[in-house]
Amino acid sequence: MSFLALERLEKRWPDGTHAVRGVDLTISEGELVVLLGPSGCGKTTTLRMVAGLEMPSAGRVRLGGADVTDLPPSQRDVGFVFQFYALYPHMTVAENIAFPLECAGLPRGERDAAVRRVAERLDLVALLGRRPRALSGGDQQRVGLARAMVRKPRLWLMDEPLGSLDAARRAEMCELIRVQQLADRVTTIYVTHDQEEAMRLADRIVIMSQGEIVQAAPPREIYDRPATLFVARFVGSPGMNLIEGDARSGTFRPAGSAVAISLPHAVPDGRVVLGARPEHVRLDANGPLRGRVVIEADAGPWRHVHVEGAFGRMQAQTTERGASSTGDEVRLAIDPAGLRLFDPATGRSLA
Amino acid sequence: MSTPLLMIRGLTKRFARTTALDSVDLDVHDAQIVALLGPTGAGKTTLLRTIAGLEQPEQGSMTLGGRDALSTPPAERDVALVFQNFSLYPSKTVRANLEFPLRAPSRNMPAAEISERVAWAAKMLRIEALLDRPARKLSGGEMQRVAIGRAIVRRPRLFLMDEPLTNLDAKLREDLRFELRALARSLNAPVLWATHDALEALAMADRMVVLDRGRVLQSGVPAEIYARPASPDVARLLGWPPVNVIAARNIAGHWTATDGTRIAPASSDGPERATLGIRAENLALAGGPMRVRVEVVELTGPAQVAVVPWAGIRAHALASRALELAPGAQVAPSVRPEHVIVWPAT
Repeated sequence: MSFLALERLEKRWPDGTHAVRGVDLTISEGELVVLLGPSGCGKTTTLRMVAGLEMPSAGRVRLGGADVTDLPPSQRDVGFVFQFYALYPHMTVAENIAFPLECAGLPRGERDAAVRRVAERLDLVALLGRRPRALSGGDQQRVGLARAMVRKPRLWLMDEPLGSLDAARRAEMCELIRVQQLADRVTTIYVTHDQEEAMRLADRIVIMSQGEIVQAAPPREIYDRPATLFVARFVGSPGMNLIEGDARSGTFRPAGSAVAISLPHAVPDGRVVLGARPEHVRLDANGPLRGRVVIEADAGPWRHVHVEGAFGRMQAQTTERGASSTGDEVRLAIDPAGLRLFDPATGRSLA
Repeated sequence: MSTPLLMIRGLTKRFARTTALDSVDLDVHDAQIVALLGPTGAGKTTLLRTIAGLEQPEQGSMTLGGRDALSTPPAERDVALVFQNFSLYPSKTVRANLEFPLRAPSRNMPAAEISERVAWAAKMLRIEALLDRPARKLSGGEMQRVAIGRAIVRRPRLFLMDEPLTNLDAKLREDLRFELRALARSLNAPVLWATHDALEALAMADRMVVLDRGRVLQSGVPAEIYARPASPDVARLLGWPPVNVIAARNIAGHWTATDGTRIAPASSDGPERATLGIRAENLALAGGPMRVRVEVVELTGPAQVAVVPWAGIRAHALASRALELAPGAQVAPSVRPEHVIVWPAT
């Protein structure tokens, strides 16, 4: 059932910029939806219209069945999180976390219970009596998160809350946001340009480009079946291999190459872009694609091998070690299950 | 092995009450890419600035090409520093930006050589088509290439790169990462590369130095540091999904966590108390004695990560996509004894 509905939402700025173009989106209660896209795609503007911080030029916002389009932010009961602000130095950790509840006028008993609950979840119980300056940087961040999420509004709206953190801290905090959100099941819209963060957090990812929704689907589907070349390029790191060529009677020939790869799905003959994620490309002595290893690198559990050939450049990602070294002549095969095809003219997925 | 191009011993730098660098030892050999991995505030930037001569250390020694570097003025050290926030002259063309460091009066470089070097750098960085464009009209990735170009035209003995890819988006970062590695190889000059991104360090570097709070925690070949982190502190800096770090005791031949979870058989001649490390890819979700509920499931792309309360921690297990996993699912974590890293308690 739809808990939050955006109906044909539009935003035009006074200078004529058409920032959001007819966004339709329904979100279920308890769902965590990530709005993902490059800067300028309209994701933050969309979020701000849900919060009531911007008025839409057209379209409606419905929350819990009621039209809230014309309500001021304070009457929507939404929690807006930009980042986890610095803590109040003169208050203890417990007082810091309780502060938003105190402002909301919650009685003492309920405040204490809520603080206790979130502290247990985020492993802060032992720190409740301390002052912020006695904490490590990581502990301070977790207290900031606890304070930002201790309340249970009808809707959490988060705008790149982890933007200023370094990689290690970001990964940890991203997970704790999800832990907290799953525990309270508060419906959440989270805006980011970081596709890894989106894949880790989301029940559903909504990819935006130039003010429009390009694809809205669970992370697995976005990753496995990108609806367009834009999504294929934007999601996944290392990125999807994309080779342009021709489809003819069930086979694919890379441009400027004589090899033929048989296609698992029927597509009309013509120009196509073949896509394959690096983990679906493997070194295989009987594979159809010949090339030379130009780069290989181990990164944690993975080994990355870049191969150059008449087809262009492809990257394979495996967990096998030492199968090849730079300069080797190798052959590549693509796992048919991981093969995608796109129309180069429209960018749309063909199969 | 030959004498390192850069050799640092016991380098210590203090700012007021904080020790930014605490007796740092570091070697950089010819044509190596050395990653300096550490979180924000580890001292990476201070170390690079000290090598470049922008900071004076309180203690320690540093030689560059066999000569004492600390007594050499910064301009004569012949090192190039590339920052995270690239600063180009916005109204000048890319060409003028690249020529700038070569036009210094002290260099006295003939015009023909200047244009030859600029052409060479532009070709190498694939920015030839941008040469006549003003810098302000470039994208972030193009600006970073030009900033690197400004360093390479000088053909220094050593490149110091301070998180050069941090401000770029993921796709560009990935492309430039490998380009810069290939570039460093062809320049035959070593690169000291500071980053907080463990995967970047693991993928890029010939050697890796792990720095935290001003101290070198471990240095060596990336794959070896990954396989055998010297301490829990190093393990914690090796990226996501994190290494599971668990305090345990050897009780009747079994490593046992403080909450009583039996983790794996322990060897009889080992320590009685230890901190254990289990990499996420080595924590299986079946076969263990305890059933627990999955708290969170996160997709990495090719794999998924289950977060489970286990052995007194929020444990991470990297699992195949083929496994059906959702929050609330019951699993029985287990680990093979050979996959347990043991750091004896001190």
